[in-house]
Amino acid sequence: MPHAPCPMTLLTADSFPGDNLMEKDELIEMYRQMVLIRKFEDRAGEMYKVGKIGGFLHLYIGQEAVAVGFISALRPDDYVIGAYREHGQALARGAEPRRVMAELFGKRTGISRGKGGSMHMFDVEHNFMGGHGIVGGGMPLAAGMGFAVNYRETDQVVLCFFGDGAVNEGAFHESLNLASLWRLPVIYVCENNLYGMGTAVTRASAIPQLFRRAMCYDMEVESVDGMDLLTVREAADRAVRMARRDREPRFIEAVTYRFRGHSVADPGAYRTKEEIQEWERRDPVPKMRDYLLDEGMLTQQVLDEIDKEISRIVDDAVKFAEESPEPDHEELFENVYA
Amino acid sequence: MAVMMYRQALNLALREEMRRDPNVCVIGEEVAEYEGAYRVTEGLLQEFGEKRVVDTPISEEGIAGTGIGAAMVGLRPVVEMMTVNFALLAMDQIVNHAAKLRYMSGGQIKVPLVIRAPQGAGMQLGAQHSQNLESWFMHVPGLKVVAAATPYDAKGLLKSAIRDDNPVIFLEHELLYTMKGEVPEEEYTVPLEKADIKREGKSVTIITYLRMVAVSLAAANALASEGIEAEVIDLRTLRPMDIDTLTESVRKTHRAIVVEEDWPTCGAGAEIMARLQETAFDYFDAPIIRVTSEDVPMPYSKNLERSALPDEQKVIDAVHCVLGHECRYSRRYEIEPDSEREVEEEEEEEVEQEPRLKAEE
Ligand SMILES: Cc1ncc(C[n+]2csc(CCOP(=O)(O)OP(=O)(O)O)c2C)c(N)n1
Ligand SMILES: [Mg+2]
Repeated sequence: MPHAPCPMTLLTADSFPGDNLMEKDELIEMYRQMVLIRKFEDRAGEMYKVGKIGGFLHLYIGQEAVAVGFISALRPDDYVIGAYREHGQALARGAEPRRVMAELFGKRTGISRGKGGSMHMFDVEHNFMGGHGIVGGGMPLAAGMGFAVNYRETDQVVLCFFGDGAVNEGAFHESLNLASLWRLPVIYVCENNLYGMGTAVTRASAIPQLFRRAMCYDMEVESVDGMDLLTVREAADRAVRMARRDREPRFIEAVTYRFRGHSVADPGAYRTKEEIQEWERRDPVPKMRDYLLDEGMLTQQVLDEIDKEISRIVDDAVKFAEESPEPDHEELFENVYA
Repeated sequence: MAVMMYRQALNLALREEMRRDPNVCVIGEEVAEYEGAYRVTEGLLQEFGEKRVVDTPISEEGIAGTGIGAAMVGLRPVVEMMTVNFALLAMDQIVNHAAKLRYMSGGQIKVPLVIRAPQGAGMQLGAQHSQNLESWFMHVPGLKVVAAATPYDAKGLLKSAIRDDNPVIFLEHELLYTMKGEVPEEEYTVPLEKADIKREGKSVTIITYLRMVAVSLAAANALASEGIEAEVIDLRTLRPMDIDTLTESVRKTHRAIVVEEDWPTCGAGAEIMARLQETAFDYFDAPIIRVTSEDVPMPYSKNLERSALPDEQKVIDAVHCVLGHECRYSRRYEIEPDSEREVEEEEEEEVEQEPRLKAEE
């Protein structure tokens, strides 16, 4: 393993007692969302292989705890922006599985009307602001949303997801500097899954602990175990409350792992089987399931029901996508200008 | 002659030039260990080692600038932009630096750099990953812009580009990488700045480049069965442009179309038409028609992407137009805003609904 998740302590002394006292129902809901993302992505991968989905398909499998942990800590009026591995984030934000699947199928009922595809899921109704295919491209946009929030003097926050690859783009540094300089309420979440395509973080970043890359911008930084839902959620709660209260940016590195290739087409020769297996042992989904069982919050029977319910939702999403109409020719010319 | 794929021809060009000149090195994202996102640099790390085949972080501006800086002091780097879409992040280095250094230094500096970049649409990669940006580069004095349409040309042109003392933007097409073609075993280069007549004909001139060469040739073959002999000219180098070859052809055919995958507005075809009306205005019997992509960002959906792109049928249709036959080719220029469109739709709906209401009454 190139490097273990870094058990960094938060650089601020500020913490909120009571963060851990989440309601049982909320914990179950978070677990349910992870299962939804897992099953949805699994199915999307299958659909890609039989040619129902085109283009690139970057699956979120393995990283579920990051999206669910962070997004569940938000209010509905907060903003979320992702990169191109974002189906899971859109789902966690409340996007309808049917419409996300229909988007992957390129159908008119898709969440971006079939125009965006896998990399460009937009759900403005839920303040999910995309779906961006240019590495690092979403980071200045998140700063812009933070700017607008301050401008309008509301107490919303902005949550911005990006990969470990993005920290080497100029946009990363320009955004962090602006966010810190102007005290923008943006939570920058670096999903460090240890690889950008076939390049290990250690071969791409002069400093492999990515939270350190943000330190010189004088903002609170933290590194968390992105494979543990409760840990992520705790960090998210802290970050969201502080960003909301102090109107300042935060930087959190969530160390995680994608269990699949970079995209479905990636042969993945750059990682060893052993490494993948080692991370699979830390799979966030069974980990949370076991926690709920151990704590007596759930019975096996309820778990099975959740499983079945989610399978039905995903089946329904595929059916909906299959049966939806293709966009018609004239739609090519719609949405070029407002 | 060996038959090989376009990407293998490029690979061979890189190998031969790296063997020939120790100053040639390859720099880019995933070019070494991963062997290239499109496998163009396959095996190079193994043969030349990590000093000469260099993986980079995702830092396009830095990568382009590194190539330029190294070229300023004597290396001959071949920089790979994973796709041309990401070269947009490097435009400052390319336009403000690479293209200007020789001029600003009064001729003291040269920048013998190649920036290779695959471009194009057709794989459902959506709006941010499907662009054709040749005209962006063509606009800039100080740059050369090359576009290879076949494996033979890919190899010969890349070798010339590497030996050229100027910054060369070398455009490839993502759908051409697996195209097969004959490539001589012996050493050869294809000169920059010279267009290539890929098919001779006297009825009409089809001016094109990159992936549209194959599309135009297919259209020309179909047209031949109707007795229309199209001359297909592959520009090979977009800047500088071999206007003489184009002019000569038009003197013979008196009619021309341009076939390009980029957008119509300020696209490569706009320049080709402007130049031709300067050199050959009197020879034309009909206005030039441009077959281009539709003037919209590329959609993901397969059927929409297909209708956005130029294809064989559109080329055939445009040839009929320029020959004065029944004209079926059309493409929109000014796409109306949604605000105006919605009003139209509502009006239509009202018209539709009215009779129904009456019938119900
Ligand atoms: C500016 C830019 N350069 C290159 C690419 C090609 N590319 C797509 S994804 C990727 C790797 C990104 O890795 P990371 O940020 O770690 O995200 P992950 O795939 O691990 O989620 C690269 C190089 C791109 N999309 N945009
Ligand atoms: Mg990564």
